[in-house]
Amino acid sequence: MGGFLIKRLLQAIFVVLVVTFLVSYAVRLSGDPAIMLSQGAGSVTEQDLQNIRKGLGLDRPFLVQYADFVRAMLVGDFGQSFLGGTPVARLIGDALPATLALASVSLLLSVLVSVPLGIQAAVNKGKRADQFIRIISLVGLSFPNFWLAIMLVLLLSITFPLLPPSGWDGPISLVMPALTMALILSATNVRLVRTAMLETLSAQYIMVARSKGLKERVVLYKHALRNCAIPLITYIGLQFGNLIGGLVVVEKVFNWPGLGTLAFDAIAGRDYPVLQGTVTVLSIIIVAVNLLVDIAYGLVDPRIRTK
Amino acid sequence: MNSMQTAAPAPAGRSMQWRSLEFVLGALLSGVMLTLVLTSVWIFPDRGSLMDLAARLSQPFAHWDHVLGTDPLGRDVLARVLVGGRISLMVGFVSVLGASVLGIAIGLVAGYYRGFWDMLLMRCVDVQLALPFILVALTFISILGGGLGNIILFMVVSQWVQYARLVRGMVLSVREREFVQAARAFGVRDLAMLRHHILPNVLGPVIILMTLNVANNILLESSLTFLGLGVDPLIPSWGGMLADGRTYMQTAWWVSVFPGVAIMLTVLGLNLLGDWLRDRIDPTVKL
Repeated sequence: MGGFLIKRLLQAIFVVLVVTFLVSYAVRLSGDPAIMLSQGAGSVTEQDLQNIRKGLGLDRPFLVQYADFVRAMLVGDFGQSFLGGTPVARLIGDALPATLALASVSLLLSVLVSVPLGIQAAVNKGKRADQFIRIISLVGLSFPNFWLAIMLVLLLSITFPLLPPSGWDGPISLVMPALTMALILSATNVRLVRTAMLETLSAQYIMVARSKGLKERVVLYKHALRNCAIPLITYIGLQFGNLIGGLVVVEKVFNWPGLGTLAFDAIAGRDYPVLQGTVTVLSIIIVAVNLLVDIAYGLVDPRIRTK
Repeated sequence: MNSMQTAAPAPAGRSMQWRSLEFVLGALLSGVMLTLVLTSVWIFPDRGSLMDLAARLSQPFAHWDHVLGTDPLGRDVLARVLVGGRISLMVGFVSVLGASVLGIAIGLVAGYYRGFWDMLLMRCVDVQLALPFILVALTFISILGGGLGNIILFMVVSQWVQYARLVRGMVLSVREREFVQAARAFGVRDLAMLRHHILPNVLGPVIILMTLNVANNILLESSLTFLGLGVDPLIPSWGGMLADGRTYMQTAWWVSVFPGVAIMLTVLGLNLLGDWLRDRIDPTVKL
């Protein structure tokens, strides 16, 4: 187990380094921050630009700057926003709870929907209920996230003005983005539950449980569901990157004050330190979740460790 | 491949019915959408950008002139949806073609020769599986600018690994099969071996992956364009139209509804086909 842990941890660190390197490099390509910073400052000489570059440490080689960025990141320092000079770490700290709230509420909603539906589909494999659920989930996978968001706004804010269309207006604002995300997630999760459940249902202990005369509900939700929890968590862990990607877009459509909106506003304002910091933090979250899932899996199933 | 034997013994009647329904529906949807989009060049030579200012914001299903209504500039929504589809479909097909050709070649070499290149490929796979690509892509595209070429390039770079991984895995098992060993004993050269004996045996699952990825990339393109990171907003495209339509949501719902419906029908058709292919070719393959 120790070896497995260390190997996985090193892998995770390597991936975070690759991401931060790529992102820093992309930000470097964006042009000269000295020119951006000095815009609107009247007449600027080449000497002024040099001074700004020196002040920001931009006159040093890229690798040195990258090493500095990583070193600063380790103590939670992501630099300052180009616009207004607020520390990036504080902006991220302010936005993170909103993103986590949206992610967890929609994940929970989606589990509540997709587990019973997936189980029903698996139990009725090949029958009408299964076909119906499969078609619906396929339809759900076939339109862009943001379009669903627009359609919900059209329906629930414009045609029937029940919910606020965007922004933060108290907890009620959470309903629409969470609903959108939950529907999107459910389309995938129903299929995952169905597949995992089909594998589990053919196991012998299920036959035993049934022949003992246990109620079908107990067999399905107690015996079968518990046993497909592990593959399910793994699948969902693998999907987590996609989840965050979708979340980022949905946040933007609803102007939800989370990391996604922060990132897009940074793109629009060419505020590269903020963009760099946000992408880095989101990547670390994704890598950390994958790592935790793997470790949990390794703890439960010894075969994984030795692979 | 003995996939037929490993297929789960499903209750035959209904399952067959469902499968053929899936195929008919998928082929019909994607066929009709493809034909409409590809022939729109002749049906609406320039109506996508023609502004009928007298008929601005006309309601859908009210006039024969503009069946799906017009946008605030008086442009026909139906024409724009069909013309805009060309960009989306092109991005979907070209990116998948590029990624699959690259991935298949690398996967074949890695799986057949093993060694250093194989190891390098597997490390790429590790990184790709763990990398939040959409975020890295957003960063790069926001800085380098979107545009057709950049989007396609980004899709190829981020997706070839999927094909390479799939092909490599299958080559590993195919190369140990008797017919390959027999061919080797006959002195068949490596290149001919890869082309005639190995490639045809790994192509099935690759085609499934390609179908599903065309669908995926159409969605991805529309998302990127919607966010202003994709195709030039002046060129009509599904994502771009949705971004426009969002501004007029209060007054003209049809401007943002119909492009989305077009995306959904096309992608649903492709997904159905992909699903059907998976059942047909190899139900055990995990994609």
